[in-house]
Amino acid sequence: MNRELYKPLIFEFSRSGRRGFSLPSNGLEDHKRELPEVLCRQTEALLPEVDEPTVVRHYTNQSTNNFGVDTGFYPLGSCTMKYNPKINEEMAASAVIAGLHPSQPVSTTQGALRIYHTLARYLSEIGGMSEFTLNPYAGAHGELTGLMVIHAYHDSRGDTARDKVIVPDSAHGTNPASAAVAGYKILEVKSLPDGTVDVADLRSKLDDTVAAVMMTNPNTVGMFEKNIPEIAAMVHEAGALLYYDGANLNPMLGVARPGDMGFDVMHINLHKTFSTPHGGGGPGAGPVGVRSGLEEFLPSPRVMMDPDGRFYVDSPGTSLGFVSGWIGNFTVLIRALSYILSLGTDGLMKVGPLATLNANYVMNALSDLYLLPVPGPCKHEFVFDGLRDKSTGVTTFNIAKRLLDYGFHAPTIYFPLLFHESLMIEPTETESVETLDRFIATMRDIAREAAETPEVVRNAPHNTPVRHPDDTEAALHPVVTFMDLKKEES
Amino acid sequence: MIYYLPTHEYARVEGNIAYVGISEYAARQLGNVVYVDMPEVGDDVEAGEDFGAIESVKAASDLFAPVSGAVVEVNEHLIDNPRLVNENPMENWIVKIEMSDPAELESLMDEAAYKAHCESENH
Amino acid sequence: MSWHQYLPHTPEDIAAMLERCGVSSVEDLYADVPEELRISGRYELPEGISEKEIRDFFAEAEAECRDLTCFAGAGVYHHYVPAVIPSLLSRSEYLTAYTPYQPEISQGTLQYIFEYQTMMASLTGLEVSNASMYDGTTATAEAMLMAVAASRKRNRVLISATVNPSVRRVVATYARYHKVRLEVIPATDGGVTDRTALSAMLADGDVAGVIVATPNYYGIVEDYTGLAEEIHAAKSLMIVNCNPSVLAVVRTPGEWGADIAAGDAQSLGMPMNYGGPYLGFLCSTKALMRKMPGRIVGATTDDAGQRVFVLTLQAREQHIRREKATSNICSNQGLMALYATIYLSVMGNAGLRKINDTGNAGAHYLCRQLESTGRMVQAFPDGVFVNEFAMKAVDINLDALMEKCVECGILPGVRISEDMLLIAVTEMQTKAQMDKLVEIVRNLENPENHACHEPRTI
Repeated sequence: MNRELYKPLIFEFSRSGRRGFSLPSNGLEDHKRELPEVLCRQTEALLPEVDEPTVVRHYTNQSTNNFGVDTGFYPLGSCTMKYNPKINEEMAASAVIAGLHPSQPVSTTQGALRIYHTLARYLSEIGGMSEFTLNPYAGAHGELTGLMVIHAYHDSRGDTARDKVIVPDSAHGTNPASAAVAGYKILEVKSLPDGTVDVADLRSKLDDTVAAVMMTNPNTVGMFEKNIPEIAAMVHEAGALLYYDGANLNPMLGVARPGDMGFDVMHINLHKTFSTPHGGGGPGAGPVGVRSGLEEFLPSPRVMMDPDGRFYVDSPGTSLGFVSGWIGNFTVLIRALSYILSLGTDGLMKVGPLATLNANYVMNALSDLYLLPVPGPCKHEFVFDGLRDKSTGVTTFNIAKRLLDYGFHAPTIYFPLLFHESLMIEPTETESVETLDRFIATMRDIAREAAETPEVVRNAPHNTPVRHPDDTEAALHPVVTFMDLKKEES
Repeated sequence: MIYYLPTHEYARVEGNIAYVGISEYAARQLGNVVYVDMPEVGDDVEAGEDFGAIESVKAASDLFAPVSGAVVEVNEHLIDNPRLVNENPMENWIVKIEMSDPAELESLMDEAAYKAHCESENH
Repeated sequence: MSWHQYLPHTPEDIAAMLERCGVSSVEDLYADVPEELRISGRYELPEGISEKEIRDFFAEAEAECRDLTCFAGAGVYHHYVPAVIPSLLSRSEYLTAYTPYQPEISQGTLQYIFEYQTMMASLTGLEVSNASMYDGTTATAEAMLMAVAASRKRNRVLISATVNPSVRRVVATYARYHKVRLEVIPATDGGVTDRTALSAMLADGDVAGVIVATPNYYGIVEDYTGLAEEIHAAKSLMIVNCNPSVLAVVRTPGEWGADIAAGDAQSLGMPMNYGGPYLGFLCSTKALMRKMPGRIVGATTDDAGQRVFVLTLQAREQHIRREKATSNICSNQGLMALYATIYLSVMGNAGLRKINDTGNAGAHYLCRQLESTGRMVQAFPDGVFVNEFAMKAVDINLDALMEKCVECGILPGVRISEDMLLIAVTEMQTKAQMDKLVEIVRNLENPENHACHEPRTI
């Protein structure tokens, strides 16, 4: 590909008089009514005038500057970048579903509701929960919804003094942010050196003003919180509920269920554990499950089945309210169901163990060169605190960039915040041992380069479509539209 | 006199006026400042409450008022050139507050106490 | 042989890997999971099936759904899908990428988001757009939170009764838990925002933001002359929930003087998909840019001096702000933003105008024809509309009408009250289909005692 040729923005291909559309007409042009001048758009929008071949070349060439799971190994910790099956895409592209308006009578959408209801039932079995709503659009949206469920539960009991949510200091940033948006104050609980929650510290913070404790299990260091039964008992004794952040559910598939661990409310990222594509940031889905006794608080609308096997929707008064326009990112739900149908019980039982095996395999092969602050065995992911040899001056940031040169996506870096040089690696179960071996060999090469030719690593990447961008300039003088760019250039 | 909050804001006092900014230690920790979110002249601020925020590329922190009072001036140079905070944080104050209760200063840290505080944070 | 086509491990691979890990079984890697927490047997789920059987499963579900000629709108519209879009969207470099954290290998995503931001900012007449939100309901709720955060001390927000109820109910949920005092500005009998009531509500001087819509829920393009000035005089922000397709022809939020525009871009040719995925958008003035939730892409240069794109202004975001965050969104609707960008590229202003003209002509034709039956009247005859309008039943039972229409393969609109039907016309419905609907209305026999109640919908 000639990058220079295809570098321009779509606006830079625009030529007055070109068109890229083919639209039907209803032959009723004479019936059009003009709007009064005051209600009309005053100036034309900045949209390109381009022909169809130009549009196709532009976006095809742009795509080749991207790296996806289909391109190569994507060990981005906590993001579970597993293979996104093609049959899922084919099922989600259904022309019938595409044509369903959300306000159609449910008598004409029984099949779609069956898809929703079936997936919700399957997720309940996998999560060990009583019922799932599939309405939330993303993991963070699921967290917010789950906290609202908890809020509605406490409110229903007149227990209105609970205004705090406890999160571990190793938590994903979304946990405290979701709690804040749900109207809660946040208390942080410390981690022990092994990365697990300090039970004594947690106990000291639990009282009758705590609404919920949010946990990720295994946590962001890849460790299973083995004290979880004790924690659940403490939390429940204090009258609070225990929330499961499902970002790390993958290694638990086939092993243990959050409901059995004592969690009351949980969300699942379908775009992580259930193989739906990340799409450069979305759309994903963040279904929320609840244990028995909390179903009535789930968001509206709820999809239910009557005794005759007919599906209907309901918006009960006890519900926390609506968190989405309709019933979620429906075609994402189709993909997740397609994945579960393909793997079935036997396949799903293997997912967690194989993801964990892959992670331990990589961890063991590198821990002589990279610093492992929390010794394993890990679950689906693990965290290195940079290179063991700190004398080279090579940072986690440099290692991440050097990996790009070798054709790998970088791991998650500088998270969790527990370590200064966090490098968080999650291989997932869909990678073969040969891919893992190539990654291991590359990581070892980079460690060697760091010792022998550190400047090569420090100045990476060298082979990517673009080089390191100037982030400071971008934040100092924000140029966020083509209009800004023209102003800047003139 | 210069007084400090544990959250690294300083108040340099001249008469009834407090010049409020962030300490050299805080400026170093933040790295390249790219934006300072300032209140409007005339706004009332309360000691201990946030009145704005300061951002670098990868971090943001709220600005807390060391003293209560009315904002009489904001440092407009920081709008176009926020990096002045890095260059000389003590010279490049962020807001000027007319104090409503100068007695509040007594609860703030002096230079020596603040230095000890920064050292303890480093450990 | 390996167990499944997505799982590469052969028994030999596993044995070799376990040996390298120094354990004898995968079980050993889970030694820290207490026995009593383990799944004792297996999931109670069906056995895995082949691709052919997966196709059969979904084909069966499809057979239980009915494709109807769609005159329904109310925020979700049936528009034409250009063939180039599904083709380009299926490119796995876009589809299977994560959020563009590594700009050096994510220029594809970053560049289309920059193009998207340009197009949305320009369509809404504002200066800045973020990288997109989940949907129009949550985007409007985020706009409310943004107004509250920007005001620093105020937490009262007003929302017009003419904003789509599916948006209002989500905004209300966010308000309730975030402790925002959300109050509804009543509508006049003419189906527009009651400006006198609004002025009175603003008078207390504690309102952070005012949310109105264009076109509003009833399809009416409200005249907001003087509104921005009034809201700004109260030191409050004007937020407009809007339909970006129609913005090609109606006065934009920016042209009305609004500070924030939010809404759903589903109308940009996205399949209805029984409710999603759609595309939320959020645009604002430059002054509010740093109060925006979500991702923003900016242009800068790389070490080699080339123009490149990066995620910028990240200090606003939840992973930095944690408990100080005013939004918890940490993603964007990437692929749908690409959808909108390609759609707007092929349509351009000329295409969007043609779509609006066709819808406008069809809607006015259908409205007049329905009135000519004598059984329905335009609910708000003074309201100017483009492609969506409310009809009021005069001498017709709407329950019976809905039932008859569905029987004939038509979704006649969205029932918005006991006696009102909201009807949308786009470029997709033919004159023959409109005439068929009119004939049903004309000939429907009102039942003596109609037993059927309004069909339940989501």
